[in-house]
Amino acid sequence: MTLTILRTGPLTVIKDEGRPGHAGQGVAPSGAVDRGAYARANALVGNPRGAAVLECTLGGLRVRFDEPATVALTGTDAVLTVDGTRTAVEEVVSVPAGAEVTVTMPRRGLRSYLAVRGGLAVPAVLDSRSTDRLAGIGPAKPAVGDTLPIGPAPATPSPRTTSPSLAALPSTASPSGTPSPLAEGVGGPADADGPLEVDLGPRDDWFTAEAIQTFLSAEFTVSPSSDSVGLRLDGPVLARARTDELPSEGVVRGSVQVPPDGHPIVFQADHPVTGGYPVIAVLTPAAADRAAQARPGARLRFVVAPA
Amino acid sequence: MTSFLRCGREALLVEVDDLDAALALYAALRSAALPGVVDLVPAARTVLIKIDPAVTSPAAVREATAGLRLDARREAGSGTVEIPVRYDGPDLAEVAERTGLSPDEVVELHTGSRWTVAFAGFVPGFGYLTGGDPRLDVPRRDSPRTRIPAGSVGLAGRFSGVYPSDSPGGWQLIGSTSERMWDLDRPEPALLVPGVEVIFKAVDR
Repeated sequence: MTLTILRTGPLTVIKDEGRPGHAGQGVAPSGAVDRGAYARANALVGNPRGAAVLECTLGGLRVRFDEPATVALTGTDAVLTVDGTRTAVEEVVSVPAGAEVTVTMPRRGLRSYLAVRGGLAVPAVLDSRSTDRLAGIGPAKPAVGDTLPIGPAPATPSPRTTSPSLAALPSTASPSGTPSPLAEGVGGPADADGPLEVDLGPRDDWFTAEAIQTFLSAEFTVSPSSDSVGLRLDGPVLARARTDELPSEGVVRGSVQVPPDGHPIVFQADHPVTGGYPVIAVLTPAAADRAAQARPGARLRFVVAPA
Repeated sequence: MTSFLRCGREALLVEVDDLDAALALYAALRSAALPGVVDLVPAARTVLIKIDPAVTSPAAVREATAGLRLDARREAGSGTVEIPVRYDGPDLAEVAERTGLSPDEVVELHTGSRWTVAFAGFVPGFGYLTGGDPRLDVPRRDSPRTRIPAGSVGLAGRFSGVYPSDSPGGWQLIGSTSERMWDLDRPEPALLVPGVEVIFKAVDR
Protein backbone atom coordinates (compact mmCIF):
# COMPACT_ATOMS: atom_id res chain seq x y z
CA MET A 1 0.00 0.00 0.00
CA THR A 2 1.15 3.56 -0.60
CA LEU A 3 0.14 7.04 0.45
CA THR A 4 0.47 9.94 -1.99
CA ILE A 5 1.00 13.49 -0.75
CA LEU A 6 -1.46 15.86 -2.44
CA ARG A 7 -0.76 18.89 -0.22
CA THR A 8 1.67 19.36 2.68
CA GLY A 9 0.24 22.33 4.55
CA PRO A 10 2.76 24.68 6.23
CA LEU A 11 5.01 21.85 7.48
CA THR A 12 4.68 18.08 7.43
CA VAL A 13 7.50 15.74 8.44
CA ILE A 14 7.91 12.04 9.20
CA LYS A 15 8.43 11.16 12.87
CA ASP A 16 8.76 8.12 15.09
CA GLU A 17 10.28 7.50 18.54
CA GLY A 18 13.56 9.00 17.39
CA ARG A 19 17.14 7.72 17.47
CA PRO A 20 18.42 7.51 21.05
CA GLY A 21 21.83 5.93 21.63
CA HIS A 22 23.88 7.96 19.11
CA ALA A 23 24.73 10.98 21.25
CA GLY A 24 28.43 10.03 21.31
CA GLN A 25 28.46 10.69 17.55
CA GLY A 26 26.66 13.96 18.04
CA VAL A 27 23.31 12.58 16.90
CA ALA A 28 20.30 13.92 18.82
CA PRO A 29 17.24 11.79 19.63
CA SER A 30 14.77 13.83 17.52
CA GLY A 31 11.44 11.96 17.26
CA ALA A 32 7.88 13.20 17.61
CA VAL A 33 7.64 16.61 19.32
CA ASP A 34 4.46 15.62 21.21
CA ARG A 35 5.34 12.06 22.24
CA GLY A 36 2.03 11.36 23.96
CA ALA A 37 -0.04 12.29 20.91
CA TYR A 38 2.32 10.31 18.67
CA ALA A 39 1.91 7.20 20.85
CA ARG A 40 -1.89 7.59 20.93
CA ALA A 41 -2.09 7.78 17.15
CA ASN A 42 -0.22 4.49 16.76
CA ALA A 43 -2.20 2.82 19.55
CA LEU A 44 -5.49 3.85 17.94
CA VAL A 45 -4.69 2.09 14.66
CA GLY A 46 -3.09 -0.91 16.41
CA ASN A 47 0.49 -0.16 15.33
CA PRO A 48 3.39 -1.35 17.47
CA ARG A 49 5.41 1.25 19.40
CA GLY A 50 7.82 3.08 17.19
CA ALA A 51 5.87 3.05 13.92
CA ALA A 52 6.47 6.10 11.71
CA VAL A 53 3.71 8.69 11.27
CA LEU A 54 3.22 12.10 9.68
CA GLU A 55 3.66 15.11 12.00
CA CYS A 56 1.58 17.90 10.54
CA THR A 57 1.97 21.47 11.78
CA LEU A 58 -1.17 23.65 11.51
CA GLY A 59 -3.18 21.35 9.25
CA GLY A 60 -3.46 21.55 5.49
CA LEU A 61 -2.04 18.08 4.81
CA ARG A 62 -3.93 16.14 2.12
CA VAL A 63 -3.16 12.52 1.16
CA ARG A 64 -4.63 9.65 -0.87
CA PHE A 65 -4.18 5.89 -0.37
CA ASP A 66 -4.10 3.38 -3.23
CA GLU A 67 -5.79 0.74 -1.05
CA PRO A 68 -8.30 0.88 1.81
CA ALA A 69 -6.50 2.26 4.88
CA THR A 70 -7.10 2.58 8.61
CA VAL A 71 -5.99 5.95 9.97
CA ALA A 72 -6.20 8.14 13.08
CA LEU A 73 -5.27 11.76 13.84
CA THR A 74 -4.22 12.97 17.29
CA GLY A 75 -2.57 15.93 18.99
CA THR A 76 -4.85 18.89 18.33
CA ASP A 77 -8.53 19.54 17.78
CA ALA A 78 -7.96 19.21 14.03
CA VAL A 79 -9.88 16.34 12.42
CA LEU A 80 -9.66 14.34 9.22
CA THR A 81 -12.03 14.87 6.37
CA VAL A 82 -12.53 11.98 3.95
CA ASP A 83 -13.64 13.21 0.54
CA GLY A 84 -14.93 16.31 2.35
CA THR A 85 -16.79 14.48 5.14
CA ARG A 86 -15.63 15.41 8.64
CA THR A 87 -14.71 12.75 11.17
CA ALA A 88 -14.34 13.22 14.94
CA VAL A 89 -11.30 14.06 17.05
CA GLU A 90 -8.99 11.08 17.72
CA GLU A 91 -11.30 8.70 15.91
CA VAL A 92 -10.15 5.59 14.05
CA VAL A 93 -11.30 6.03 10.46
CA SER A 94 -11.60 3.58 7.56
CA VAL A 95 -10.59 5.27 4.33
CA PRO A 96 -11.65 3.80 0.98
CA ALA A 97 -9.02 3.40 -1.72
CA GLY A 98 -8.61 6.60 -3.73
CA ALA A 99 -10.39 8.86 -1.23
CA GLU A 100 -8.79 12.20 -0.34
CA VAL A 101 -7.95 12.57 3.34
CA THR A 102 -7.36 16.11 4.63
CA VAL A 103 -6.19 17.41 8.01
CA THR A 104 -8.25 20.45 9.02
CA MET A 105 -6.72 23.57 10.58
CA PRO A 106 -6.60 23.14 14.38
CA ARG A 107 -8.15 25.81 16.57
CA ARG A 108 -6.16 24.63 19.54
CA GLY A 109 -2.74 23.07 19.41
CA LEU A 110 -0.09 23.03 16.72
CA ARG A 111 1.05 19.53 15.77
CA SER A 112 -1.25 16.73 14.62
CA TYR A 113 -0.12 13.12 14.19
CA LEU A 114 -1.53 11.06 11.31
CA ALA A 115 -0.96 7.34 11.86
CA VAL A 116 -1.73 4.70 9.23
CA ARG A 117 -2.20 1.06 10.23
CA GLY A 118 1.08 -0.56 9.07
CA GLY A 119 3.15 2.60 9.57
CA LEU A 120 5.18 4.57 7.03
CA ALA A 121 7.80 2.19 5.63
CA VAL A 122 10.35 4.75 4.39
CA PRO A 123 14.04 3.77 4.84
CA ALA A 124 15.44 4.29 8.34
CA VAL A 125 18.55 6.40 8.94
CA LEU A 126 20.58 5.37 12.01
CA ASP A 127 17.68 3.15 13.12
CA SER A 128 14.99 5.82 12.93
CA ARG A 129 12.49 7.22 10.45
CA SER A 130 12.35 10.62 12.14
CA THR A 131 13.23 13.76 10.22
CA ASP A 132 15.69 15.61 12.44
CA ARG A 133 15.15 19.18 11.41
CA LEU A 134 18.28 20.58 13.07
CA ALA A 135 20.64 17.83 11.99
CA GLY A 136 19.14 17.39 8.54
CA ILE A 137 19.13 13.60 8.85
CA GLY A 138 16.30 11.13 8.40
CA PRO A 139 13.70 11.01 5.65
CA ALA A 140 13.29 14.07 3.45
CA LYS A 141 10.38 16.37 4.18
CA PRO A 142 7.48 14.96 2.13
CA ALA A 143 6.64 17.04 -0.94
CA VAL A 144 3.56 17.22 -3.14
CA GLY A 145 3.49 14.19 -5.43
CA ASP A 146 5.64 12.02 -3.18
CA THR A 147 4.46 8.44 -2.73
CA LEU A 148 5.31 6.89 0.64
CA PRO A 149 5.18 3.13 1.24
CA ILE A 150 2.97 1.78 4.04
CA GLY A 151 4.16 -1.32 5.90
CA PRO A 152 2.19 -4.55 6.28
CA ALA A 153 -0.66 -4.46 8.80
CA PRO A 154 0.53 -5.56 12.25
CA ALA A 155 -0.63 -8.84 13.79
CA THR A 156 -2.75 -6.94 16.34
CA PRO A 157 -6.53 -7.17 15.96
CA SER A 158 -8.01 -4.54 13.67
CA PRO A 159 -9.23 -1.58 15.68
CA ARG A 160 -12.91 -0.64 15.61
CA THR A 161 -13.27 1.95 12.94
CA THR A 162 -15.86 4.47 11.97
CA SER A 163 -16.70 5.01 8.37
CA PRO A 164 -16.77 8.66 7.38
CA SER A 165 -20.51 8.55 6.63
CA LEU A 166 -21.32 7.57 10.23
CA ALA A 167 -18.99 10.23 11.56
CA ALA A 168 -20.99 12.85 9.69
CA LEU A 169 -23.94 12.40 12.09
CA PRO A 170 -24.65 15.48 14.20
CA SER A 171 -23.51 13.72 17.37
CA THR A 172 -19.90 13.74 16.23
CA ALA A 173 -19.62 16.72 13.92
CA SER A 174 -21.63 19.87 13.80
CA PRO A 175 -23.00 20.92 10.43
CA SER A 176 -21.48 24.39 10.74
CA GLY A 177 -18.02 22.92 10.48
CA THR A 178 -16.99 23.96 13.98
CA PRO A 179 -15.16 21.36 16.07
CA SER A 180 -17.46 18.70 17.45
CA PRO A 181 -18.35 18.69 21.17
CA LEU A 182 -16.05 15.66 21.44
CA ALA A 183 -13.14 17.95 20.72
CA GLU A 184 -13.09 18.95 24.37
CA GLY A 185 -12.97 15.32 25.55
CA VAL A 186 -10.89 12.16 25.08
CA GLY A 187 -7.76 13.67 26.59
CA GLY A 188 -6.62 14.77 23.19
CA PRO A 189 -5.90 18.40 22.43
CA ALA A 190 -3.35 19.95 24.74
CA ASP A 191 -4.12 23.21 26.52
CA ALA A 192 -1.09 25.44 26.23
CA ASP A 193 -2.42 28.03 28.65
CA GLY A 194 -2.04 26.36 32.08
CA PRO A 195 1.29 26.29 33.94
CA LEU A 196 3.87 23.81 32.69
CA GLU A 197 5.40 21.58 35.36
CA VAL A 198 9.18 21.63 35.72
CA ASP A 199 11.93 20.28 37.95
CA LEU A 200 14.52 22.94 38.78
CA GLY A 201 18.10 22.19 37.72
CA PRO A 202 20.62 21.13 36.66
CA ARG A 203 21.95 24.73 36.71
CA ASP A 204 19.39 26.65 38.76
CA ASP A 205 22.28 27.69 41.03
CA TRP A 206 23.61 29.82 38.15
CA PHE A 207 20.64 32.18 38.56
CA THR A 208 19.71 34.75 41.17
CA ALA A 209 16.93 33.95 43.62
CA GLU A 210 14.90 36.72 41.96
CA ALA A 211 15.37 35.08 38.55
CA ILE A 212 14.09 31.74 39.87
CA GLN A 213 11.10 33.52 41.39
CA THR A 214 10.45 35.37 38.15
CA PHE A 215 10.75 32.15 36.15
CA LEU A 216 8.14 30.47 38.38
CA SER A 217 5.69 33.37 38.46
CA ALA A 218 5.92 35.44 35.29
CA GLU A 219 4.15 34.92 32.01
CA PHE A 220 6.25 34.19 28.90
CA THR A 221 5.15 34.49 25.29
CA VAL A 222 6.12 31.98 22.60
CA SER A 223 8.15 33.84 19.96
CA PRO A 224 7.47 33.39 16.22
CA SER A 225 11.07 32.16 15.77
CA SER A 226 10.19 28.96 17.67
CA ASP A 227 10.31 25.56 15.97
CA SER A 228 10.76 21.85 16.72
CA VAL A 229 14.30 22.62 17.96
CA GLY A 230 13.20 25.06 20.62
CA LEU A 231 10.48 27.35 21.88
CA ARG A 232 11.97 30.82 22.22
CA LEU A 233 10.24 32.78 24.96
CA ASP A 234 9.76 36.51 25.27
CA GLY A 235 9.17 37.98 28.72
CA PRO A 236 11.11 39.19 31.73
CA VAL A 237 14.88 38.68 31.61
CA LEU A 238 16.24 35.96 33.92
CA ALA A 239 19.40 37.31 35.56
CA ARG A 240 22.34 35.10 36.35
CA ALA A 241 24.15 34.83 39.66
CA ARG A 242 27.25 33.62 37.80
CA THR A 243 28.58 35.25 34.67
CA ASP A 244 31.39 32.82 33.81
CA GLU A 245 31.19 30.59 30.78
CA LEU A 246 29.48 27.20 31.23
CA PRO A 247 31.29 24.45 29.31
CA SER A 248 28.88 22.83 26.81
CA GLU A 249 27.02 19.92 28.34
CA GLY A 250 24.34 17.42 27.38
CA VAL A 251 20.74 18.61 27.32
CA VAL A 252 17.39 16.83 27.18
CA ARG A 253 14.01 17.50 25.65
CA GLY A 254 12.27 20.04 27.91
CA SER A 255 15.50 21.70 29.07
CA VAL A 256 14.92 25.43 29.68
CA GLN A 257 18.19 26.99 28.58
CA VAL A 258 18.92 30.65 29.31
CA PRO A 259 21.44 32.48 27.08
CA PRO A 260 23.12 35.63 28.44
CA ASP A 261 20.36 37.82 27.02
CA GLY A 262 18.12 36.28 29.70
CA HIS A 263 15.38 34.99 27.36
CA PRO A 264 14.72 31.28 27.92
CA ILE A 265 14.60 28.63 25.19
CA VAL A 266 12.67 25.40 25.84
CA PHE A 267 14.35 22.58 23.92
CA GLN A 268 11.99 20.39 21.92
CA ALA A 269 12.44 17.03 20.16
CA ASP A 270 14.96 18.23 17.56
CA HIS A 271 17.19 19.87 20.19
CA PRO A 272 20.98 19.70 19.88
CA VAL A 273 22.87 17.02 21.81
CA THR A 274 24.64 19.62 23.94
CA GLY A 275 24.01 23.23 24.89
CA GLY A 276 26.37 25.95 26.03
CA TYR A 277 24.14 27.97 28.32
CA PRO A 278 22.88 27.05 31.80
CA VAL A 279 19.61 25.11 32.06
CA ILE A 280 17.46 26.55 34.83
CA ALA A 281 14.86 23.75 34.81
CA VAL A 282 13.56 20.76 32.86
CA LEU A 283 9.94 20.25 31.88
CA THR A 284 8.30 16.97 32.89
CA PRO A 285 7.63 14.68 29.91
CA ALA A 286 3.92 15.57 30.04
CA ALA A 287 4.71 19.30 30.14
CA ALA A 288 7.12 18.92 27.20
CA ASP A 289 4.26 17.32 25.23
CA ARG A 290 2.02 20.27 26.06
CA ALA A 291 4.75 22.74 25.10
CA ALA A 292 4.89 20.98 21.73
CA GLN A 293 1.38 22.28 21.08
CA ALA A 294 2.09 25.91 22.03
CA ARG A 295 1.73 28.26 19.09
CA PRO A 296 3.67 31.48 18.55
CA GLY A 297 1.95 34.11 20.70
CA ALA A 298 0.82 31.55 23.29
CA ARG A 299 1.44 32.60 26.89
CA LEU A 300 3.18 30.10 29.17
CA ARG A 301 3.81 29.89 32.88
CA PHE A 302 6.00 27.45 34.82
CA VAL A 303 5.40 25.75 38.15
CA VAL A 304 7.52 23.28 40.14
CA ALA A 305 6.18 19.74 39.66
CA PRO A 306 5.22 17.67 42.69
CA ALA A 307 8.09 15.33 43.59
CA MET B 1 34.89 15.46 43.00
CA THR B 2 31.70 14.09 41.49
CA SER B 3 28.35 15.86 41.79
CA PHE B 4 25.02 14.55 40.66
CA LEU B 5 22.72 17.23 39.29
CA ARG B 6 19.00 16.80 38.79
CA CYS B 7 18.02 16.93 35.12
CA GLY B 8 14.32 16.25 34.92
CA ARG B 9 12.60 12.87 35.12
CA GLU B 10 14.46 11.14 32.28
CA ALA B 11 18.12 11.97 32.91
CA LEU B 12 20.84 12.66 35.45
CA LEU B 13 23.77 15.06 34.93
CA VAL B 14 27.05 13.99 36.50
CA GLU B 15 29.67 16.70 36.94
CA VAL B 16 33.34 15.87 37.42
CA ASP B 17 36.57 17.89 37.67
CA ASP B 18 37.77 17.98 34.08
CA LEU B 19 37.64 16.51 30.58
CA ASP B 20 39.79 13.47 31.43
CA ALA B 21 37.55 12.59 34.36
CA ALA B 22 34.48 13.00 32.16
CA LEU B 23 35.91 10.69 29.49
CA ALA B 24 36.87 8.11 32.13
CA LEU B 25 33.35 8.21 33.57
CA TYR B 26 31.90 7.96 30.05
CA ALA B 27 34.03 4.87 29.33
CA ALA B 28 33.04 3.27 32.64
CA LEU B 29 29.34 3.93 32.03
CA ARG B 30 29.59 2.51 28.52
CA SER B 31 31.10 -0.75 29.70
CA ALA B 32 28.78 -0.97 32.71
CA ALA B 33 25.69 -0.84 30.43
CA LEU B 34 23.39 -0.07 33.35
CA PRO B 35 19.80 -1.26 32.86
CA GLY B 36 17.47 1.49 31.64
CA VAL B 37 20.27 3.77 30.40
CA VAL B 38 19.34 4.72 26.83
CA ASP B 39 22.06 7.23 25.95
CA LEU B 40 25.21 8.90 27.29
CA VAL B 41 26.38 12.40 26.41
CA PRO B 42 30.00 13.08 27.34
CA ALA B 43 31.11 16.72 27.49
CA ALA B 44 33.87 18.96 28.87
CA ARG B 45 33.34 18.09 32.51
CA THR B 46 30.01 16.30 32.58
CA VAL B 47 28.33 13.13 31.43
CA LEU B 48 24.59 13.26 30.86
CA ILE B 49 22.93 9.91 31.53
CA LYS B 50 19.58 9.53 29.76
CA ILE B 51 17.25 6.89 31.13
CA ASP B 52 14.01 5.12 30.33
CA PRO B 53 11.89 6.00 33.40
CA ALA B 54 9.83 2.84 32.84
CA VAL B 55 12.95 0.76 33.60
CA THR B 56 14.98 2.80 36.09
CA SER B 57 15.06 6.11 37.98
CA PRO B 58 17.55 8.97 38.33
CA ALA B 59 18.09 7.88 41.96
CA ALA B 60 18.91 4.27 41.00
CA VAL B 61 21.29 5.40 38.26
CA ARG B 62 22.95 7.81 40.67
CA GLU B 63 23.63 5.01 43.12
CA ALA B 64 24.95 2.68 40.42
CA THR B 65 27.17 5.41 38.96
CA ALA B 66 28.65 6.32 42.35
CA GLY B 67 29.73 2.69 42.70
CA LEU B 68 31.57 2.49 39.34
CA ARG B 69 35.33 1.99 39.20
CA LEU B 70 36.89 4.56 36.91
CA ASP B 71 39.78 3.71 34.63
CA ALA B 72 41.75 6.73 33.43
CA ARG B 73 42.91 4.99 30.25
CA ARG B 74 41.46 6.43 27.07
CA GLU B 75 41.12 5.11 23.58
CA ALA B 76 44.07 5.80 21.32
CA GLY B 77 43.77 8.48 18.68
CA SER B 78 42.59 7.54 15.24
CA GLY B 79 44.64 9.55 12.78
CA THR B 80 45.00 13.16 11.71
CA VAL B 81 42.65 15.25 9.58
CA GLU B 82 43.74 18.43 7.78
CA ILE B 83 40.98 20.97 7.28
CA PRO B 84 41.46 23.83 4.77
CA VAL B 85 39.94 27.06 6.11
CA ARG B 86 39.24 30.41 4.53
CA TYR B 87 39.67 32.81 7.46
CA ASP B 88 36.97 35.33 6.59
CA GLY B 89 34.49 34.74 9.43
CA PRO B 90 32.16 37.53 10.58
CA ASP B 91 33.58 37.43 14.12
CA LEU B 92 37.31 37.35 13.25
CA ALA B 93 37.74 41.05 14.03
CA GLU B 94 35.84 40.71 17.32
CA VAL B 95 37.91 37.68 18.33
CA ALA B 96 41.07 39.67 17.57
CA GLU B 97 39.81 42.56 19.67
CA ARG B 98 38.78 40.36 22.60
CA THR B 99 42.09 38.46 22.63
CA GLY B 100 44.27 41.52 22.05
CA LEU B 101 45.70 39.91 18.93
CA SER B 102 45.65 40.95 15.28
CA PRO B 103 43.39 38.94 12.94
CA ASP B 104 46.52 37.45 11.36
CA GLU B 105 47.78 36.35 14.77
CA VAL B 106 44.42 34.68 15.50
CA VAL B 107 44.81 32.73 12.24
CA GLU B 108 48.41 31.83 13.06
CA LEU B 109 47.46 30.47 16.48
CA HIS B 110 44.47 28.58 15.08
CA THR B 111 46.49 26.94 12.29
CA GLY B 112 49.50 26.45 14.57
CA SER B 113 47.67 24.40 17.20
CA ARG B 114 47.33 20.62 17.22
CA TRP B 115 43.69 20.12 18.05
CA THR B 116 42.12 16.87 19.25
CA VAL B 117 38.46 15.84 19.10
CA ALA B 118 37.44 15.54 22.76
CA PHE B 119 33.82 14.57 22.21
CA ALA B 120 31.04 14.93 19.69
CA GLY B 121 27.88 16.90 20.21
CA PHE B 122 25.63 19.78 19.34
CA VAL B 123 24.74 18.30 15.94
CA PRO B 124 25.90 15.19 14.04
CA GLY B 125 29.50 15.55 12.98
CA PHE B 126 30.29 18.41 15.34
CA GLY B 127 33.50 17.58 17.22
CA TYR B 128 34.58 19.67 20.18
CA LEU B 129 38.28 20.34 19.56
CA THR B 130 40.65 20.88 22.46
CA GLY B 131 44.37 21.55 22.67
CA GLY B 132 44.34 24.99 21.07
CA ASP B 133 46.52 27.90 22.09
CA PRO B 134 45.23 29.26 25.42
CA ARG B 135 45.21 32.80 24.00
CA LEU B 136 42.28 31.81 21.76
CA ASP B 137 39.89 31.71 24.74
CA VAL B 138 36.79 33.77 23.82
CA PRO B 139 33.24 33.69 25.21
CA ARG B 140 30.24 32.68 23.12
CA ARG B 141 28.14 35.41 21.60
CA ASP B 142 25.57 36.96 23.95
CA SER B 143 22.68 35.78 21.79
CA PRO B 144 23.04 32.78 19.50
CA ARG B 145 22.61 33.28 15.76
CA THR B 146 19.51 31.55 14.44
CA ARG B 147 21.30 30.27 11.32
CA ILE B 148 24.98 29.56 10.76
CA PRO B 149 26.06 28.11 7.39
CA ALA B 150 27.59 24.62 7.22
CA GLY B 151 31.39 24.70 7.19
CA SER B 152 31.68 27.71 9.52
CA VAL B 153 34.71 27.44 11.80
CA GLY B 154 34.18 28.79 15.30
CA LEU B 155 35.71 29.36 18.70
CA ALA B 156 34.07 29.25 22.15
CA GLY B 157 35.83 28.99 25.47
CA ARG B 158 38.89 26.85 24.91
CA PHE B 159 37.18 24.89 22.11
CA SER B 160 37.19 25.14 18.36
CA GLY B 161 34.73 23.43 16.03
CA VAL B 162 33.26 23.30 12.53
CA TYR B 163 29.50 23.54 11.97
CA PRO B 164 28.60 20.42 9.92
CA SER B 165 25.17 21.68 8.81
CA ASP B 166 23.20 24.91 8.71
CA SER B 167 22.13 25.40 12.31
CA PRO B 168 21.64 27.92 15.08
CA GLY B 169 24.69 28.55 17.24
CA GLY B 170 26.51 30.94 19.53
CA TRP B 171 30.19 30.42 18.67
CA GLN B 172 32.48 33.16 17.37
CA LEU B 173 32.95 32.50 13.65
CA ILE B 174 36.46 33.04 12.30
CA GLY B 175 36.34 31.23 8.96
CA SER B 176 34.80 28.55 6.77
CA THR B 177 35.73 25.29 5.08
CA SER B 178 34.34 23.31 2.15
CA GLU B 179 35.35 20.04 3.83
CA ARG B 180 32.28 17.98 4.76
CA MET B 181 32.08 17.23 8.48
CA TRP B 182 29.09 14.90 8.13
CA ASP B 183 28.29 12.66 5.18
CA LEU B 184 25.87 9.75 5.45
CA ASP B 185 27.39 8.24 2.31
CA ARG B 186 30.64 7.61 4.21
CA PRO B 187 30.98 4.41 6.27
CA GLU B 188 31.48 6.64 9.30
CA PRO B 189 29.36 9.75 8.64
CA ALA B 190 31.26 11.97 11.09
CA LEU B 191 34.74 13.16 9.95
CA LEU B 192 35.62 14.23 13.49
CA VAL B 193 35.21 11.49 16.08
CA PRO B 194 36.74 11.45 19.57
CA GLY B 195 40.51 10.90 19.44
CA VAL B 196 41.14 12.30 15.93
CA GLU B 197 43.82 15.00 15.61
CA VAL B 198 42.91 18.08 13.59
CA ILE B 199 45.15 20.60 11.85
CA PHE B 200 43.66 23.70 10.24
CA LYS B 201 45.33 25.11 7.12
CA ALA B 202 44.70 28.63 5.82
CA VAL B 203 43.62 28.79 2.16
CA ASP B 204 42.48 31.60 -0.12
CA ARG B 205 39.31 29.94 -1.32
